[in-house]
Amino acid sequence: MSAPSGISADDWRRLGIFSLAVSVVVLAAVLVVFAVNRASPTAEIVLVEELGGDTTAFTTTRNAFGLPARNLERDGRRTFAVGNSFFRQNWVTAPASTAARDGLGPTFNAQSCSSCHTLDGRGKPPDSLDDPERGLLFRLSIPGTGSNGGPKPDPVYGGQLQDRAVLLTPVEGRMIVKYREIPGQFDDGETYSLRSPTYEIGDLSFGPLHPDVMLSPRVAPVVVGMGLLEAIPESAILALADPGDASGDGISGRPNMVWDARRGELVLGRFGWKANQPTVEQQTAGAFLGDIGITSGLFSQENCPEAQRECLETLNGGSPEIPDDRLAQVVFYTQTLAVPAMRDVDDPQVARGAKLFAKAGCNMCHTPSYTTGEHPIGAVSHQTIYPYTDLLLHDMGEGLADGATDFDASGREWRTPPLWGIGLVKTVNGHTMFLHDGRARNLLEAIMWHGGEAEESKEEFEGFTKEERDALIKFLESL
Amino acid sequence: MPKFSAFVRTMIVGTLLLLVMVACQNEPPLPAQPPPPTATPGPDVDAVKREVVSNYADGVHALYSKSLASAMIMDQAIDIFLSDPTPSSLEGAKRAWLRARDDYGPTEAFRFYGGPIDNEEDGPEGLLNAWPMDESYIDYVEGNADAGVINNPDEFPVIDAALIESLNEEGGEENVSTGWHAIEFLLWGQDMNENGPGSRPVEDYTTAANADRRSTYLAVTSDLLLVHLGQMVDAWAPGDSGNYRAEFMGMDSGEALTNIITGIGELSRGELAGERMTVAYEARSQEDEHSCFSDNTTADIVGNARGIQMVFTGNYGVVSGTGVRDLVAITDPGLADQLTMEIDQSVALAAAIPSPFDLHLRETIANDEPGRAAVLRTIVALEDQTDTIVAAAEAVGVTITVS
Repeated sequence: MSAPSGISADDWRRLGIFSLAVSVVVLAAVLVVFAVNRASPTAEIVLVEELGGDTTAFTTTRNAFGLPARNLERDGRRTFAVGNSFFRQNWVTAPASTAARDGLGPTFNAQSCSSCHTLDGRGKPPDSLDDPERGLLFRLSIPGTGSNGGPKPDPVYGGQLQDRAVLLTPVEGRMIVKYREIPGQFDDGETYSLRSPTYEIGDLSFGPLHPDVMLSPRVAPVVVGMGLLEAIPESAILALADPGDASGDGISGRPNMVWDARRGELVLGRFGWKANQPTVEQQTAGAFLGDIGITSGLFSQENCPEAQRECLETLNGGSPEIPDDRLAQVVFYTQTLAVPAMRDVDDPQVARGAKLFAKAGCNMCHTPSYTTGEHPIGAVSHQTIYPYTDLLLHDMGEGLADGATDFDASGREWRTPPLWGIGLVKTVNGHTMFLHDGRARNLLEAIMWHGGEAEESKEEFEGFTKEERDALIKFLESL
Repeated sequence: MPKFSAFVRTMIVGTLLLLVMVACQNEPPLPAQPPPPTATPGPDVDAVKREVVSNYADGVHALYSKSLASAMIMDQAIDIFLSDPTPSSLEGAKRAWLRARDDYGPTEAFRFYGGPIDNEEDGPEGLLNAWPMDESYIDYVEGNADAGVINNPDEFPVIDAALIESLNEEGGEENVSTGWHAIEFLLWGQDMNENGPGSRPVEDYTTAANADRRSTYLAVTSDLLLVHLGQMVDAWAPGDSGNYRAEFMGMDSGEALTNIITGIGELSRGELAGERMTVAYEARSQEDEHSCFSDNTTADIVGNARGIQMVFTGNYGVVSGTGVRDLVAITDPGLADQLTMEIDQSVALAAAIPSPFDLHLRETIANDEPGRAAVLRTIVALEDQTDTIVAAAEAVGVTITVS
């Protein structure tokens, strides 16, 4: 239909504006509905570069895990810089001129956060008995429940083995890691081998461990995106939980309700290999004490079990050794480390890998996407993010079991770890040692260690053709 | 969900089309095209890039050589002091340290891209410039008279290079027992004076307990510093087909430029404005500064700021040639001028920070006190110039990512 001759260009423009206005209203309404819909986590895999929403950093260098959220303003960047310094630099023996940085130990695993989270990345287990690698630690517990429902520590060695100490203080003992190879074969005949670890403690300084001690090895994970994970609405995580597997899909998903030291109650755990920490703050303060020997307002007692006389007598770096405002800066730093952007988004092999990831049901626990809620840090609030985790506990089978309970987590359960950044671990940390103790030497081995609730997915992967396996790995490497 | 998304997409596309329609109708008539600029033969950008890279390599080599030379003078002054420890020979050694430190500062602009100084495998940055010092790991401190390797002969019978290097290996990512600040600590001692540097007594090297072991420690640490600086000179020496310089010159000029500009960008904001200044400024802990024993921190900051200036201008003092500025000026002369001005400004502001730096970190000092305000002004100037450095990288066709 042609326009009647009486209609002027102005009329056309008005019509245009009117249509535009109508469209905007309709679009807005749709977006509202859409946003409400999106507030719940989605199993749909969308390939976008901005895995961390507006925080995403576009970089593929060795510093890919060390950048501030892209949307952080100048003030935030300054706080980030201060936090970075106390995360990265060594803590030193007290007393020292650098009074803000003393109080190391007396016993400890590492001198700084970055000793293990090298370049804010992932640690790895030692290659040999005399490798000074600082990426692994042992949690210790005995049967029963400790204070506030958590693990019960070994009476002489405490809740974690400290394998280093300041001068003239004995170390608690030494981690011994041994591996044996377990050969395996994919359905198409290609072989692989898994490295099965055994863990022992040698050179114990204070006599034997408790006879029923349980030993849980844990490797330092990549630190990016923690604030975003913290900003995921609790309801979104709980919505994914299916503790008794009512859905009958073989996958439970259990929240770990853990002690929140600041609030003094049990709350949803999100961080740590067993989701045993509720907040980035508590995770950070816990690591300062357990790993470096730095007391804080949250955990003010030096980590010196009664039997360890020299430890108890060593000078400290003040009470607390890290003051509240400084701790808050390190927490802020950890919360605002940017998630690096996905690579190769348009690569057909990546798209195929993503489809296979869903086909094998990996996304049933590695939940792709969420929209974050309100968080004290604006930069991480209201972001559409792609962490690929449900932050819930799953039975991962006997092969991965550590036998140690941790609040609600059984000895076979582990929290689904996020996958963002996983493809850059090699660039940043120069290795591809995955899983909670770094036993998997590459992504393929990591997949093949999956058992328990993930058994079916693993078997599906096992049946993939080589081309399909490669595509799935390629997808993971693009994250 | 997928259906919903498709609907949203349709709506967005529709809206965009309408927007385009409206916008087009409003567009004013195009002005007459200006005549195309007269074709003048522009500079050969690729040739200029190669000049920048090659002049940079010359500059890096020259500055490490200069740093090694003044460190050798320091090492001699330390030997003279140790052979005859007197207040005056101690002063001589301290002066030589301060002089040598001035030459090291600008070389920190050559970090942050995994080059010889700080590559993952064997970069000696941590051995040269580790901070903070674990003082009581080395020697006695206020509050612990028997501390440190020096005062524990039973545990550490022999002090030599092998021991000190092995202690460093214990430190994981970083280390604490050697380098510039270990020498500084052994010469000055802890800084217990609010208004001045540390004042270690000469007796520490004559009659005090373990004086001989302390002397050995100082001599060995100073020797190690020369070894590590020597490695840098070798890595950048011309005429060696197997060293890093050869590799660097063989890089695509875009990659080399990315490294060069990343170095000054990261030093400018993340390291200098952030790590070294903002942290000290915010932490308000008086000795949370780099050269806390000698109170040389202001000079350290100026040295770093000058390093940025040298790389940008291409004028390294001993060597001068085509710099990043010349390359930026080809595509964006205004940006080149702006960054020149900003860098001049940050160097001047850093130099204007009243010494000693640690006075401005005391808890009792108000933010508007002139010295403290001067620190903040320098931080802001360094932050601002970093944005311009990032833009300058874009202007020469490379993308850098800095903290």
